[in-house]
Amino acid sequence: MDEILDGLTQIDCDILVIGGGTAGPMAALKAKRKNPKANVVLLDKANVKRSGAISMGMDGLNNSVIPGYATPEQYTKEITIANDGICDQAAVYRYAQECYGIIEELDEFGIRFQKDENGEYDVKKVHHIGTYVLPMPNGDTVKKALYRQLRKARINIINRYMSTRLLTGEGRVAGAICVNTRTAEFLVVRAKAVIMGLGAAGRLGLPTSGYLMGTYENPTNSGEGYSMAYHAGAGLANLECYQINPLIKDYNGPACAYVAGPMGGYTANAKGERFIECDYWSGQMMQEFYDELQGGKGPVYLKLNHLAEETVSEIERVLHIVERPTRGHFHAGRGTDYRKQMIEMHISEIGFCSGHSASGVFVDEHARTTIPGLYAAGDMANVPHNYMLGAFTNGAFAGLDAADFIADVDFAAFDEGEVEAERNRVLAPTKRDDGIPPNQIEYKTRRLVNDYLQPPKVTAKMELAQKRFEEVRDDMEQGMYVQDSHELMRALEASSILDCADMAAAASLYRTESRWGLYHNRVEYERDNENWFCHTILTKGEDGKPAHRKQDVKPYVVEIADEEKDAYDKQRVDPSVAAE
Amino acid sequence: MPLAQTSTTVPVIVNDDLCIADKGCTVCVDVCPLDVLRIVETDEGNKTAFMKYDECWYCMPCEADCPTGAVTVNLPYLLK
Ligand SMILES: Cc1cc2nc3c(=O)[nH]c(=O)nc-3n(C[C@H](O)[C@H](O)[C@H](O)COP(=O)(O)OP(=O)(O)OC[C@H]3O[C@@H](n4cnc5c(N)ncnc54)[C@H](O)[C@@H]3O)c2cc1C
Ligand code: SF4
Ligand code: SF4
Repeated sequence: MDEILDGLTQIDCDILVIGGGTAGPMAALKAKRKNPKANVVLLDKANVKRSGAISMGMDGLNNSVIPGYATPEQYTKEITIANDGICDQAAVYRYAQECYGIIEELDEFGIRFQKDENGEYDVKKVHHIGTYVLPMPNGDTVKKALYRQLRKARINIINRYMSTRLLTGEGRVAGAICVNTRTAEFLVVRAKAVIMGLGAAGRLGLPTSGYLMGTYENPTNSGEGYSMAYHAGAGLANLECYQINPLIKDYNGPACAYVAGPMGGYTANAKGERFIECDYWSGQMMQEFYDELQGGKGPVYLKLNHLAEETVSEIERVLHIVERPTRGHFHAGRGTDYRKQMIEMHISEIGFCSGHSASGVFVDEHARTTIPGLYAAGDMANVPHNYMLGAFTNGAFAGLDAADFIADVDFAAFDEGEVEAERNRVLAPTKRDDGIPPNQIEYKTRRLVNDYLQPPKVTAKMELAQKRFEEVRDDMEQGMYVQDSHELMRALEASSILDCADMAAAASLYRTESRWGLYHNRVEYERDNENWFCHTILTKGEDGKPAHRKQDVKPYVVEIADEEKDAYDKQRVDPSVAAE
Repeated sequence: MPLAQTSTTVPVIVNDDLCIADKGCTVCVDVCPLDVLRIVETDEGNKTAFMKYDECWYCMPCEADCPTGAVTVNLPYLLK
């Protein structure tokens, strides 16, 4: 294993789904059920059994719209406000209307959701306005249950191939180029439709620990989705709206206000005082978090030590076994006991991820990108605050639409030269005798991201970043060196990370206003509704560099009253009230 | 530019006595999302799994899915 072999195979399928994490499997299932004759291939860089954000399971659904607790109108309104108004509501509204059906399907798969003594879903309030959080007591089974369905539906699964570029022709998608991560052999997949579910760009910033894979996101998700869409000419929306999360310091996993919040836990400053009203993740909330740290009132903590023993044990039971089960080891190693000490938190490195914020490949309410036949869903598509249920539901939309799309088309012809060019690009680091290993290219890129792109954003710093990124790109293209196919995978990842860093800087410079709280806090500019109440769309320009345009926010489906618009700006606890 | 040999400690440990890679097991290697585990022959001529690349998300599928409980996931030193 790991030697570098020379080889290229071509296969054909009707629908290629790239990424077998959360959105991908659901897309594949829905497409296959709608058109059982279709040849659906699900391809993953890792192994679908245990890949992606939900590899070990999930604690709950963060954004479920359940009849009796919330309405689609209410949810659409809440997400629009949380996302500072920049939101094409059609996709959010459709999600809100149909996600309950997906919950029922997941239930049939054997994934259980918490019910109260009357057998009703036991939904909790975490958001500012509405009630949407639904715990999953056996959340550790989610990936297994999904995998069973994939086998049953006879989806063709291809593991350990990473896709690196999309193929296009005749003005639509034609397939994808993929590389085996253990042999470096190529697989060219011709497809009538391609659905991308490659997850977040989780390795953009560098965690403060300095450990490359110590990220919040599953580090397998290194931004190829964004990079591939970019090189294929698709539009990417609002990339300046970064993902920045409030996490457990060093461990860099979720502190889990969504689990602990409804049970009485909260985010506190060094004095143990609550300073934000609502622990739901938003840019506005992160700004308050940042201000508290800057104001000398930090560190900031997750506070549980005021809770009753039964409550703390219950929180431990959930947090230490499901999503990030090493969390218990981490606390034990540090001697932290939830009953006695507060848990130190910090501000994460930046990333792209619509799951928790809003930026990503531009899609409509059918998960269609700007390239016909190409779909995107989950963390990499721009539907705001998607989370897990959003990945499942929008993945379903993509699968259903793709099943129709392939009915009327044959394979698009593409330029064979593109395959040859990609082979040369991919294999270049294998052709040298020595040089810079990918981990150093990656470390330097991500360290520069921290130095110059982490908000608050300063124009001169971001321009410096662009210069440094160019130098790193030269080094990468001229001097990167790998010794085996595993390192080659890391080299290809370093390249997509650098693409994402370039896009992050360019998009942030383009929007000359501040928006989304800390996510796009540009210190030289105020919020400017007159000029910037719009999406920004980034594409690959004629010169091979990012190009930008503004795009109108579509007229709202659900109206929002003026006095509601800034609900998420009022996050700080009123000290006169808090003192009582 | 020539390469150096800088060592790092790895977070995942496999108990050779429990590992049944000799019987053909590769479960941990198969499930790891970062693909950092491999099978190697020990000095005694047995096969065992080990962590080849220090690129771990401390996520646990390797430990959870190992049929004999041979794998222990610790936290990478830099963040523990
Ligand atoms: C630690 C953590 C905790 C979370 N907790 C919650 C929660 O409690 N509730 C909730 O609702 N949401 C939660 N989320 C969010 C939710 O899990 C994600 O939004 C959702 O799972 C994203 O799904 P996805 O399909 O977009 O990405 P993923 O499920 O991550 O799938 C991406 C897939 O793409 C594959 N891939 C990547 N690159 C390539 C490539 N080049 N070629 C081929 N394949 C590739 C990966 O291997 C992976 O399988 C959490 C996320 C994290 C990281
Ligand atoms: S899963 Fe366990 S028994 Fe199997 S190879 Fe890995 S360590 Fe050995
Ligand atoms: S903890 Fe996760 S990343 Fe680390 S070796 Fe095990 S499966 Fe792989």
